[in-house]
Amino acid sequence: MKGIISILLVGVGGQGTILASKILTEVAMRQGYDVKMTEIHGMAQRGGSVVTQVRMGEKVHSPLIEPGQADYIVAFEQLEGLRWMHYLNNHGTVIVNTQRINPMTVITGAAEYPSDALDQIKASAPNMVQLDALEIAKQLGNMRVVNVVLLGAMAKQTNIAKEDWLAALEATVPARLLDINRQAFQAGYDAA
Amino acid sequence: MTKALLTGNEAIARGAYEYGVSVATAYPGTPSTEILENIAQWKEIRAQWSPNEKVALEVAIGASIAGARALVAMKHVGVNVAADPLFTFTYTGVNGGLVLVSADDPGMHSSQNEQDNRNYARFAKMGLLEPADSQEAKDMIGHALMISERFDVPVMLRTTTRISHSKSLVELGQPQDRTLKEYKKDVRKYVAVPANAKVRTGIKQQRLQEMAEFSEQTELNHIEWNGKHIGVVTSGICYQYVKEALPEASVLKLGFTNPLPLKKIADFAAQVDQLWVVEELDPLMEDQIRAAGIKVHGGKAKLSFVGEYSPSMIRKAVLGMGLEDDPSANAPANASTPALAPAAAPVRPPVLCPGCPHRGPFYALKKNRKRVTGDIGCYTLGASAPLESIDTTICMGASIPVALGIEKARPEEVDNLVAVIGDSTFLHSGITGLIDTVYNKGTTTIMILDNSITAMTGHQHHAATGQTLQGDPTSKVDFEALCRAVGVKRVRVVDAGNLAELDQAIKEETVVREPSVIIARRPCALIVKQTAPRLKVNHDTCVGCRMCMSIGCPAISHADKRSTIDPALCVGCGLCQQVCKFNAIVVEEGQ
Repeated sequence: MKGIISILLVGVGGQGTILASKILTEVAMRQGYDVKMTEIHGMAQRGGSVVTQVRMGEKVHSPLIEPGQADYIVAFEQLEGLRWMHYLNNHGTVIVNTQRINPMTVITGAAEYPSDALDQIKASAPNMVQLDALEIAKQLGNMRVVNVVLLGAMAKQTNIAKEDWLAALEATVPARLLDINRQAFQAGYDAA
Repeated sequence: MTKALLTGNEAIARGAYEYGVSVATAYPGTPSTEILENIAQWKEIRAQWSPNEKVALEVAIGASIAGARALVAMKHVGVNVAADPLFTFTYTGVNGGLVLVSADDPGMHSSQNEQDNRNYARFAKMGLLEPADSQEAKDMIGHALMISERFDVPVMLRTTTRISHSKSLVELGQPQDRTLKEYKKDVRKYVAVPANAKVRTGIKQQRLQEMAEFSEQTELNHIEWNGKHIGVVTSGICYQYVKEALPEASVLKLGFTNPLPLKKIADFAAQVDQLWVVEELDPLMEDQIRAAGIKVHGGKAKLSFVGEYSPSMIRKAVLGMGLEDDPSANAPANASTPALAPAAAPVRPPVLCPGCPHRGPFYALKKNRKRVTGDIGCYTLGASAPLESIDTTICMGASIPVALGIEKARPEEVDNLVAVIGDSTFLHSGITGLIDTVYNKGTTTIMILDNSITAMTGHQHHAATGQTLQGDPTSKVDFEALCRAVGVKRVRVVDAGNLAELDQAIKEETVVREPSVIIARRPCALIVKQTAPRLKVNHDTCVGCRMCMSIGCPAISHADKRSTIDPALCVGCGLCQQVCKFNAIVVEEGQ
């Protein structure tokens, strides 16, 4: 709908999409937007595909993002990016972490991991930013900040002031982890 | 005014705090679990996990009769368990207001069925509220308690996953007074014997008429006028979808949906060209509207009887076009660009975690070629490849009686039969099945997969963890003593991470001519801090036999005829070491 920004966060259970969505909604509230967020818990937590949907704007009715509607997709993993690509609208941006996590169907040999997942995403995305967020997080010394690295990369693609993102980060992340998360955000921002 | 971004569940908890709830109970179940977890933060509310939904409702009923406002929360299938007290409580009525939160799951994101619990409200003749966002979820707790006390009836607040687990902005208010209502012994009201119930059933019918009048008057059911061509009657999350999909339509938004305001609906219908009824799952409103002689232009037949709805689906059904045809929409900027087709991507089903203590028992059961009746919990994932060790899953507690039924039908197969059930599920409704097995001379083997927590719903305490909802120490059910007390003579405890022990126990217990219980114990890998050293594959000794792949551990992958362990995922449980015949899996040095 007009004036609404729709963001899809997709990944694998345990990758930290939920905290990322929390920061995003905090950013939205700081812009004075109405905001809705929906996600699926339960069975999907156990290493399955997870998706969080965030919509912000003057007035948001439905929390759902439908195929062809997402302005941004933040893919925490290549295959998940590929799975959700058709949700991107035709001027949308995908931010993709080049990390690969094999699903059980690949581990058991029932399916093959598409080796050209990144190329397929690139071919269909109007705008694409790719980065190895896991490697960046490792270099920072904390593998858990992959989510904030990716948010930093996304932040650079938006018109929202960097200060607002950092303020949202401060309001969301526990104080003792603020430093590392600030570094992660900056590293993602610089890598994008 | 303070505003907060809350999920529907958080908002319901806030509503309980603000609207004077004194007692709150639940058994965990997606998508309802976080309601009680959030209520637990307010010490003004005595909140607890009960062993199952029936008990939870009965405790809430006691609190209501004693004069307290009470809330009980459960997932949709939990209401089946609680149905017995519920149907009689609508006869006796309340003292303090009672709200039952039923969290339905259209689309079955995390459930075994998608039953529409609005039917229960109609069946039991109780009030029904359906919030459309978190603000309403909070406010409607207040309405529910008011309606409950005014009409002397329990009230259902029915959410769906998209309400329970979606966040939207909520204005926070101040908590109101928590004074209990006076308790007076009233045998004719609260003792449901035939003589009293015969009187109460007439009162119940009278009350339904009074609630129907209220339904016509209340602002919970209101019209939002726009164009007069299309008029939509809708409730719950569908209201949001309709507002987004059909900005030109007039909407009769129903928040109080049992009994329906049929006069208001008829009046609305008379003023629009086309009346649509938009509701997920059963045609609960539509059937009643049609039965009242009101012409419905479109409803279930043009939408769907199953699964979740969405704005584009509604737009297609009503206007014959999707959101992509909406000129006011953002997308597409260039109409000549075709929408992307979904890419072919291998599915990523949920899996047992690295180090999960359920992996060993399922591996051992598969190796021994057992027929396994399963139950509800993380261990239901033992049905998926490569473990594929479960034959049946029906509902909470069904594993043990279903095994007994198989034994009764095919006594010759009993040596081949094992029932598996988790610790929390056993406490919920497994014990009666075990008693039935002993009493009716069953000889099946029952395996309690004891990971010492309610894991699937996010690690809630239960009567055998030794802690309450608030984390306070309390007594602890002794599973071994309990099984012996109901008459099981063969009770043995094994380490769920030790394949040799599991194998021996399964072999010995399945052949004996009496019921036996194997308690396979090891705490959930997500709540116990990793102490074992991580493992790695020695590629010099690995022969690429893929034996380690048969346990289905997400930390192990196989490529170029060699297995590899992902150090970021391995928790050092050692199960893969036990299946490797070439000692190729070793402790990673330098940890």
